Amino acid sequence: MTDVGRHPRIKLYTLSEMVDVKGYVGNFDVKILKKARYVDENECTACGECAKVCPVVRPDEFNLGLSSRKAIYSAFPQAVPSAYTINVNECLGHNPAVCAKCIEVCDKQCINFHMSDEEIVERVGSVIVATGMEPYDPTELDEYGYTRFDNVLTSLEFERLINAGGVTAGKVLRPTDRKRPRSIGFIQCVGSRSSRKGSSYCSNVCCMNTIKSTLVLKEHDRDIQVKVFYIDIRAFGKGFEDLYKRSRRLGVHYIRGLPGTVEETPERGLRLAVENTASGKIEYHELDMLVLAIGVKPSSGASRLQEMLGLQLTTDGFFLEAHPKLQPVDAATRGIFYAGCAEGPKDIKESVTQASAAAARAIRLMHKGEILTEPITSEVLSEHCKVCGRCAEVCPYHAITVDVKKKLPAVVNTAACAGCGTCAAECPFGAISMNHFTDVQILDQIDAMLNDRPQDKILSFACNWCSYAGADYAGVSRLQYPPNARLIRTMCSGRVDESFIWHGFAKGAPVILVSGCHIGDCHYIDANHWTEKRIRKVHKKMTKLGIRPERLQLEWISAAEGMRFAEVMQRLEQLRSTVSPEEIAETITILTNNTADGA
Amino acid sequence: MERVDNGPARARIGVYVCHCGLNIARTVDCEAVARRAAQWDDVVIAENLPYACSEPGQKSIKDAIHEHNLDRIVVASCSPRLHEPTFRQMVQSAGLNPYLMEMANLREHCSWVHRESPHAATEKALDLTRMAVARVRHLQPLVPERLPLTQRTLVIGGGVAGIQAALDLADNGYDVVLVEKKPSIGGTMAQLDKTFPTMDCSI
Repeated sequence: MTDVGRHPRIKLYTLSEMVDVKGYVGNFDVKILKKARYVDENECTACGECAKVCPVVRPDEFNLGLSSRKAIYSAFPQAVPSAYTINVNECLGHNPAVCAKCIEVCDKQCINFHMSDEEIVERVGSVIVATGMEPYDPTELDEYGYTRFDNVLTSLEFERLINAGGVTAGKVLRPTDRKRPRSIGFIQCVGSRSSRKGSSYCSNVCCMNTIKSTLVLKEHDRDIQVKVFYIDIRAFGKGFEDLYKRSRRLGVHYIRGLPGTVEETPERGLRLAVENTASGKIEYHELDMLVLAIGVKPSSGASRLQEMLGLQLTTDGFFLEAHPKLQPVDAATRGIFYAGCAEGPKDIKESVTQASAAAARAIRLMHKGEILTEPITSEVLSEHCKVCGRCAEVCPYHAITVDVKKKLPAVVNTAACAGCGTCAAECPFGAISMNHFTDVQILDQIDAMLNDRPQDKILSFACNWCSYAGADYAGVSRLQYPPNARLIRTMCSGRVDESFIWHGFAKGAPVILVSGCHIGDCHYIDANHWTEKRIRKVHKKMTKLGIRPERLQLEWISAAEGMRFAEVMQRLEQLRSTVSPEEIAETITILTNNTADGA
Repeated sequence: MERVDNGPARARIGVYVCHCGLNIARTVDCEAVARRAAQWDDVVIAENLPYACSEPGQKSIKDAIHEHNLDRIVVASCSPRLHEPTFRQMVQSAGLNPYLMEMANLREHCSWVHRESPHAATEKALDLTRMAVARVRHLQPLVPERLPLTQRTLVIGGGVAGIQAALDLADNGYDVVLVEKKPSIGGTMAQLDKTFPTMDCSI
């Protein structure tokens, strides 16, 4: 930690958050909001005189409320930066009439109430997302009595209790009577592996964390009675089984079964009823203290970050990697990498390993000092451009400039163009060609698909990042669905030109699907808003022409939603079976007679 | 050696149907797909390969590019999200522009998801391959642009992972911006007492 603080190449912003990002791989402009600390970070020596005189007492977050701190405080003794900070919402203020005691005692005059929040823009070539985890809050699991009984603690609170630098200087004391407990129980999988409350996944760290705690407890006091209530003990890592055996050897009692109820005894101990699934008997255990081995939850800021950076989350809420085996630290968006619990629950060793991997991947990207851009960008055919300005209006990257006044045709800045193809789809004059996804390339795919027995087939468009990946995920999960859909991949659903849809129907497609990332998850900022608008427009036209609008479906399917993809396929097949050959023939006639609008 | 691009009108297309061991071949009749593909317009050669991505698989495609003067390749195998870079590199090393290669996804989108209906899966595989051939005919050579890059990394989060990533980058000579929302770095790790498996302190 201190290495970070003094490293000349690391610029550390604490009390700070990323609030906006512009640009693309190689050159991101990141806006950081640095909240005011009200204490000069460089001058403060952490002498602590200010905190001594501060009259405001608040629960200490670092010790999870097991101790208190002042309104001016240092997060913990080894904090980096070591400077104190003022929680301005708690502080009484710097008016000498009210308080300002800290200002008076600070010899170095580090305290400055005129500091304000700053917005800083930093240019970077790559981003590592290491936003970590949040511990599970066991309040909802009321059967364990966390909110009702003071001697029921979470595993993280227990860490602060047993820590030499913690609230009791490392002595394990029962919160109610501050006496040494003679017996302690641990309940595993609190908030993990449950379809009822908490999360369905295994949180990875809790088994070993409990085993560690039992060893530390036995180290403190050989005679203490320790019981662990578990479903399975997952001690799969290197050296883990040894620790587990050591814990058993030291007499820790492992009981297979999670308690059904916890009650408080008159002595403020806990009485647990548990079905021991090894013996098949109901057992009752009386313990002085109880520790809930709480699970790992995704960080609460994950979804905001996901939107800003165009990332994806798994259904569990952790960040989704580009490939689970071959690119486990890469995001699907180039130039962004994951480290630690942001990507999934991990212990320290795994977090450190992944962090080094992420650093190596970032260096691999950056070491040449230049970047080859994907040439999948749009191109203006200036002779067809009527200078209407539509393309510039829809471009999510402001990569197109059109001078409407001077009547100068549109120009694409290829460095800023990310290649979604929305401009090509929206240009009313066919004056924009989207490289690698040109009209003729896509129309010929449609023809090839619908050449033979079109009535059996579902023409589907899928965006590369979400829906196509969702279909891949359905494949990897071996989900079975009807074999009638044929996918055409575009980079973004925004590329799906109205004319592709009319062409498909004119060629006899019974059902057409357009699919993309969920609104808010688009890889091209908000290009899928234009998809939504376009489909709405086409639906209206279909109604007007006398074509059933349901035959054109729009679905948002994320890369993690393989199950949903398969469900959509099932549903589309049902829909397809309702479209008769007569209906298809009628549509073809309607569209042949109405050649307007690209039909 | 840069090979000639004949353009869509006189395209010379090679089609390679990958068995992926039995991953595809168990469900899809790969031989039939290749046989039919060989009869399509502009398809000069259509063959089966046990593993298109393997060294021998790639070599046989590259050899055919030279031997038959192919200017466009269709690989009907797995998801382009997995092996598009592999096969782009392959055609590039044979002198073709990497963007003159198209994949048909016969594994994730076909054999794995239609295991119960091999006949329909083969029909779908034929369509997917036919669509890829239709598309590859019109693909155009593309050249990436070189742009300057900022050799600097933003690390979001100052827990154990963020700290490690920042230090590794900085020690390798790269500038790092580390952003932490709390007053101190350290994250959840800093709150732990001893840590497994070494049973030493977290800080």
